[in-house]
Amino acid sequence: MLGRTLREVSAALKQGQITPTELCQKCLSLIKKTKFLNAYITVSEDVALKQAEESEERYKKGYVPPYNATVVQKLLDQGALLMGKTNLDEFAMGSGSTDGVFGPVKNPWSYSKQYREKRKQKPHGENEETNWLIAGGSSGGSAAAVSAFTCFAALGSDTGGSTRNPAAHCGVVGLKPSYGLVSRHGLIPLVNSMDVPGILTRCVDDAATVLGVLAGHDCKDSTTVQDPVQSFILPSLTDVSKLCIGIPKEYLVPELSSEVQSLWSKAAKLFESEGAKVIEVSLPHTSYSIVCYLVLCTSEVASNMARFDGLEYGHRCDIKVSTEAMYAATRREGFNDVVRGRILSGNFFILKENYENYFIKAQKVRRLIANDFVNVFNSGVDVLLTPTTLSEAVPYMEFIKEDNRTRSAQGDIFTQAVNMAGLPAVSVPMALSSQGLPVGLQFIGRAFCDQQLLTVAKWFEKQVQFPVIQLQEIMGDCSSVFENDLASVSLKQ
Amino acid sequence: MAAPVLRWCCPARRWILANIDRGPRHGRGAPTGSRSSGKRGQSSVAQQPLVTAQKPRKGEHQWAAVVGLEIHAQISSNSKLFSGSQVHFAAPPNSLVSFFDASLPGTLPVLNRRCVEAAVMTGLALNCHINKKSLFDRKHYFYADLPAGYQITQQRLPIAVKGSLAYSICVGKKRNQVINKTVRIKQIQLEQDSGKSLHDDLRSQTLIDLNRAGVGLLEVVLEPDMSCGEEAATAVRELQLILQALGTSQANMAEGQLRVDANISVHRPGEPLGVRTEVKNLNSARFLAKAIDYEIQRQIEELENGGEILNETRSFDYKLGCTVPMRDKEGKQDYRFIPEPNLPPLLLYDSASLPAGADPQQVINIDQLREQLPELPSVTREKLVQQYGMLPEHSLTLLNEVGLLEFFQNVMKETRAEPKKVTSWVLNTFLGFLKQQNLAVSESPVTPSALAELLNLLDQKAISSAAAKKVFEELWRSGGKTPAQIVSEKRLELMQDQEALEQLCQATMEEHPQVVMDLKKGNPRAINKLIGLVRKATLNRADPTVIKEMLEKQLSS
Repeated sequence: MLGRTLREVSAALKQGQITPTELCQKCLSLIKKTKFLNAYITVSEDVALKQAEESEERYKKGYVPPYNATVVQKLLDQGALLMGKTNLDEFAMGSGSTDGVFGPVKNPWSYSKQYREKRKQKPHGENEETNWLIAGGSSGGSAAAVSAFTCFAALGSDTGGSTRNPAAHCGVVGLKPSYGLVSRHGLIPLVNSMDVPGILTRCVDDAATVLGVLAGHDCKDSTTVQDPVQSFILPSLTDVSKLCIGIPKEYLVPELSSEVQSLWSKAAKLFESEGAKVIEVSLPHTSYSIVCYLVLCTSEVASNMARFDGLEYGHRCDIKVSTEAMYAATRREGFNDVVRGRILSGNFFILKENYENYFIKAQKVRRLIANDFVNVFNSGVDVLLTPTTLSEAVPYMEFIKEDNRTRSAQGDIFTQAVNMAGLPAVSVPMALSSQGLPVGLQFIGRAFCDQQLLTVAKWFEKQVQFPVIQLQEIMGDCSSVFENDLASVSLKQ
Repeated sequence: MAAPVLRWCCPARRWILANIDRGPRHGRGAPTGSRSSGKRGQSSVAQQPLVTAQKPRKGEHQWAAVVGLEIHAQISSNSKLFSGSQVHFAAPPNSLVSFFDASLPGTLPVLNRRCVEAAVMTGLALNCHINKKSLFDRKHYFYADLPAGYQITQQRLPIAVKGSLAYSICVGKKRNQVINKTVRIKQIQLEQDSGKSLHDDLRSQTLIDLNRAGVGLLEVVLEPDMSCGEEAATAVRELQLILQALGTSQANMAEGQLRVDANISVHRPGEPLGVRTEVKNLNSARFLAKAIDYEIQRQIEELENGGEILNETRSFDYKLGCTVPMRDKEGKQDYRFIPEPNLPPLLLYDSASLPAGADPQQVINIDQLREQLPELPSVTREKLVQQYGMLPEHSLTLLNEVGLLEFFQNVMKETRAEPKKVTSWVLNTFLGFLKQQNLAVSESPVTPSALAELLNLLDQKAISSAAAKKVFEELWRSGGKTPAQIVSEKRLELMQDQEALEQLCQATMEEHPQVVMDLKKGNPRAINKLIGLVRKATLNRADPTVIKEMLEKQLSS
């Protein structure tokens, strides 16, 4: 091992052939044996061992997959550059990106000029350090990365709204394609029958471009459709008079903030004023969606998480009393409370004695929810318009006052029925709230009519002219380059 | 690490039919079974002595045993059920493992067409109804060689249901009475095999080999229509022959390609079925029969001694020859079945329902597979009976011994001898020698051509039957020589010289006047003595019928 090159040793460490501590001890022992060379003046044994220990912790944290997800490979095949892996809630369970092992994701808008100026007006300015806003989730890292201009597009996953929710909070476009349009091969599953790789970009056209790359049958995912995929290039809609926009009345819930509600109405009026037919529609089973999702999600989670037993990969605890004891301790240590809670309740729902009463019933409710959409679309509605979230992003300290389950139920309220039905949906930022924070609205389309959906979203995006985030303060030296960039972007628009 | 024992088990699948009235079972017209199912009532009584014969005890005839089987047959395919990994027995450990097989996060199952075809063919050969729509489910349990924590199987809607397996057993003192029986097949389902755990108790380690993980299996569930170990073993043997004829499984029990679990209960006829036990991991036909008969006997004794039978899982200790309870908590295991969300329903078509313009690569046509079915063992046996006038029990033996039918057919190709003679030589002499030395047909030192040549010599009356036996022994001992060589070396050819033979007859009579007297006094058996003496004098090289003729001629002259 000691004769190898840095590169080789690094690979050995990554593959777990040797631990950092073992390697460190090998070096230390050879240093002692070769003391006569008089090469070292001081040997910092303690420091080195401590560093090795820390290094070991770091290695434990990262799982490096040996293969690329189909969506990643397709992007790479098109010459895209992969900037990194973004942060999220553990196993995508959450709606704030606050419950991951790498710590919470901070919403770039916390540091925007728009938000800070509003905050300054407040008499009792709280501590800036602790007052940052959540990014939304679970794919909050992806939304934040796109929002902060660190990349042009990011992938998320969307099981109940995990792409659209952070998109709305971070003021970017979040697209959940139709189920079956984009391969899930390589997507770590949450709820296989609802998961879809999501796309986060700063404009609708970009989302369509990425979708064009990702969409299509994948022989590695038997649930992708075999029909040839049409182009996702979006026409610039000039006339919306032939469009019928549905406003589901069940989405007007008491918890909806008045500001979001008024923006939603404004958007509806915008369509109406441009000649579109805007009608109120009913999705009568919407209110059962959250509880139905709870059962189906946790049941599949219980099943999907069974593989994380510490044998093949990932964390493994040191207990060697029995295989069962090792499983139990590994899973106790390796999963956070949220994940464990979902595994436990899911296993309860699929017990033989409960299966009929919970799982089967939830599946039936799911069918009713899906049929609600089918009925509405059959009645002539082209696209549904709804809020994406109840309100704009809240400060982290505020957010964690409620537990993950409560927050997920709130966060997914408008987004998650779409996943039950496998429909395409996109969140488009509309305007800033009175606090200077983005508010997004959601468009829901017919299954596999992603292009039509995005065309409408693009028209809407053009009408509302959502302001660009002003991050000059935190961009520091980059700001000048940044501003030039923005200028050119504005010109283009 | 302690070894949790949990393999090949489906106790969650309760024996649904075990508790229903027996009436409908007889009433249901299984395709081939109306005759034999009518016989079953009798046969289960007829089987009683078999069960109790080992330890005759008072009052045991009052018990009836009920045996059902769950059989796992590894599908013979190039790649695994849901991944592209190769399937190969005895490859280096963990050398045939795809990311999916190791359950890496994000991997998805992709169904192997060949495995589906194998299931359909097996279903058709077993007279099953093929479900045009079947579903996959996840069956959850934690075990070190089950990486995903669940097995993908077909619990709710399997690919084939309601079939039947006809088999014949030989009974009677000489085992020359053939009884045809039928066992109903509840279902055939596709599922994944697990990996293998190697427990190193010394170092408290469990080593995992995932080469087998994800290999396609056919689980064939046989209804509890059998009543003893022999019936079960014979049914399994018949299934094995069918699978091998179809090529859907190599079905080699020693290599684990065919694994059997047996459900066993006893009850008094007319009373409800008793509590059943499950005996697991029976990996040879002999142990299968032994284990079942032992378990039946054990249950009877337990009940007669006032004990009770526990619904438990037992394993067969082949060294002790008895079944012992397994120390797992499997009875309480809840497999928490859920639909497999990553696989759409499996749809099959027939020529009528085949969608127009469907890509042949994407659809499976049941009718097309039916046309491609090879000849099944029952038909082969029927042909042997028809073509060669063979006894049914002989056709059974010819097929049951691996390679014996082929050997027989090769002998037939090269000999002019009567089929009956060939059958007798192959089944008695040849098979007897093999059995005595515990050899397989493929290991025989005598080739089909050599036996054919030998039978030709016999047919031409160039040698006597007794000489032929000697030649055979010699062939067996010193491979490489032809029968003709042996005959001439050992001077075994029949005496063709009539004159010399007549002289020998004459001389023998002169040497034994007493015997001749006996004969003349009217003792017809005395001639046999003379024949024997002449044969001895010819070193068994003369045909006894010819000798007899000569003796009679000389006596009457």
